[in-house]
Amino acid sequence: MKTKALLTAAAGAAVLATSLWSPEPAAAEGEQFVPGLQYRSGPYAPSGIPFANGFADYLTMLNARDGGINGVRIHYDECDTAYNNDRGVECYERLKDAGPSEPAAWNPLSTGITYALIERVAQDEAPLISMGYGRADASDGRVFPWVFTLPATYWAGADAIIQYIEEQEGTLEGKDIALVYHDSAYGREPIATLERLAEQEGYNLHTFAVAHPGLEQQATWRQIGRQLRPDWTVMWGWGVMNSTAIQTAASVGYPMDRFIGIWWSGSEPDVRPAGSDARGYKSLGFHAPGADFPAIQDIVTHVYDEGEGFGEREAIGEVLYNRGLMNAVFVSEAIRTAQARFGERPLTGEETRWGIENLHITDERWDELGLGGFAREIRITCEDHEGGGSAFVQQWDGESWEIVSDWIQPRNDELRPAYEASAAQYAEQNGIELRDCDAEE
Amino acid sequence: MLYREAGQFKSSYASDQAIFPIRQDKIGIALILVVALLVVPFVASNYVLNSILVPFLVFSTAAIGLNIVTGYCGQVSLGTGGFMACGAFFAFKLTTAFPDIHIILIFLLAGFGTALVGIVFGLPSLRIKGFYLAIATLAAQFFLIWMFTQNPWWTNYNPAGVITAPPRALFGDFYITGVRATPVGKYLFLVCFVTILALVAKNLVRSALGRAWMAIRDMDIAAEIMGIRPMMAKLSAFAVSSFFIGISGALWAFIYTASVEALAFEVTRSFQVLFMIIIGGLGSILGSFLGAAFIVLLPILLNSAPAMVGIRMSTELLTHLEFMIFGALIVFFLIVEPQGLARLWQIGKEKLRRWPFPY
Repeated sequence: MKTKALLTAAAGAAVLATSLWSPEPAAAEGEQFVPGLQYRSGPYAPSGIPFANGFADYLTMLNARDGGINGVRIHYDECDTAYNNDRGVECYERLKDAGPSEPAAWNPLSTGITYALIERVAQDEAPLISMGYGRADASDGRVFPWVFTLPATYWAGADAIIQYIEEQEGTLEGKDIALVYHDSAYGREPIATLERLAEQEGYNLHTFAVAHPGLEQQATWRQIGRQLRPDWTVMWGWGVMNSTAIQTAASVGYPMDRFIGIWWSGSEPDVRPAGSDARGYKSLGFHAPGADFPAIQDIVTHVYDEGEGFGEREAIGEVLYNRGLMNAVFVSEAIRTAQARFGERPLTGEETRWGIENLHITDERWDELGLGGFAREIRITCEDHEGGGSAFVQQWDGESWEIVSDWIQPRNDELRPAYEASAAQYAEQNGIELRDCDAEE
Repeated sequence: MLYREAGQFKSSYASDQAIFPIRQDKIGIALILVVALLVVPFVASNYVLNSILVPFLVFSTAAIGLNIVTGYCGQVSLGTGGFMACGAFFAFKLTTAFPDIHIILIFLLAGFGTALVGIVFGLPSLRIKGFYLAIATLAAQFFLIWMFTQNPWWTNYNPAGVITAPPRALFGDFYITGVRATPVGKYLFLVCFVTILALVAKNLVRSALGRAWMAIRDMDIAAEIMGIRPMMAKLSAFAVSSFFIGISGALWAFIYTASVEALAFEVTRSFQVLFMIIIGGLGSILGSFLGAAFIVLLPILLNSAPAMVGIRMSTELLTHLEFMIFGALIVFFLIVEPQGLARLWQIGKEKLRRWPFPY
């Protein structure tokens, strides 16, 4: 009896195992594959879900409204990484060959997963867009031909925040600035830049690491709010860490208008749990919040009215929703750029890479896309895989995000040599020869 | 009927003490190795190699290591993640400082380094036992991770605290790390390497040292009276265990993910490996492999099963279903066979010997 049950179980396992051996693509030929490494579960889901929805909804809208990009329909498939590096790698390997065409571009929305994928995409010849996250030195396209950091890196973000504080204070000499960061590759990325600027501008930097997932910050904030009392606090947080930080900061009475988050620490799910206490909290941003754009209204009519939406109607226009949408615009515009050269058909990874490298979204183009005033002009070149780097400061007024500063242009004349030096070190360690950009068209 | 040892006579002590005394077992293991080395590389897709078999082999090594200290010597350890991190960072520092040393030697050196760390953190085991020891090893976990995240020296001053495996070849142009390494190459190297490590482990636990560990596990006072020195036995168990775990950490960083931050070896990793040996079978080398297979493969299988049979469902639902079914299965297996999958296999073997005439 027991043997029989065992044998049945073994047979069942064997059947499942054999089917695992040969994953079959379930999509029609002639479609362009766009993979999604998203996370809708785990402690980072509050940040991951709106982003994933914005990304997917924009692509769905392109299919519904225009029949794809120049008639080539987009096949979107996603895999849940739970913001976990090894699971992200597994998802990457799973989706890699699972689409009807080669993957257009990978967007892992995780600095850790980006690090893990950098060598894999180089080997598999697929572009990787780490939009506003990932390895800052990957902005040097000569060392990292397959990785893009548009529209801004963390080093640029750190520089922009310091510039903003300097503008508010007049001088930074002798000021205390605290950095509260997620203790991971993501959170540590800005430290070197902030330290360099501290030496240059004369402020004192105090760093506070918050362990994953960031639900316990009492000790950190007691120290910041009661003992250190810094003039400004900067945050590199993500997921539940953001809302916990804002609530805890409020509970120790830290002034919100002197608390600035990076662009990943400035969305509605981050400030809403703190209620009215969060009023005045600031963060960086590189695109407008809100749903008052023709393209976003198209999503409502073509996707949500048809019942095809990925998320809730009310969440359309939230900061992270728009961020996901912006990422989807980059991917689709890169495909469009590449199609203009290689023909209107599903593209290979190499061809989309060319598309991203020659991406140029002017203000007029943003207008044509139905996103006038949504973001700044972006231009990627062979050397410069960042293409801009500017950001603004937005402030939460209790109801919505208000943009409270002009565009802040990071000091690229200082950042660029830092990118190149760091990239050169990577190239040397890994035996990579610099690409000669002048030799390419 | 097929699995019957009648007529297989042992005429020497050596043949009686063989790892696989029964001929069918020898044939079986040879068959598995032949399939793993000659068939799988040609049949399996890159996805299966890279994301299923490679992590399975890496985790098996870690599980063997933890099984030595916890399963064989009875000392509960929650420091696995920290020791894996040791292996990964030691190997990284060694290979970047001395690029000419062969990569296998690097892995072994990283293992030896971790063994030393293991001895240090094994010292409390001489005084404390059970849950208290578990807490003491937890300190190792947190201290080691803290050390690797806080000292940029360990990552060669990488601003993000991430180490990236530099390209290293096994011989000539056969790269097993870095961009030029192929999934098949990595897999073949791992199969050979892990097989040898498992063989070493199996022989160690059959030796006088292994018997000393088991004596300590079963009753330390009795063992001491019989002349086994607890200090030697316990510290050697921690050292050998950390050696294997350190190597698995290095393999994780160099061959599996190729780039790693200390966060990858958080305390959840320690629990993961502990679950592997509990579910696989405490005090069993085979159990380490079975447990690793269960914990690594099952979630992936659950997550991709609906797509394979053509059911479309949202990623959210899929992940939550995965958690629920996985949790339920762990409870199910622990109730059905608290001694692990290895015991289940043993029972199966007993049944097979009598089949088709059970009594």
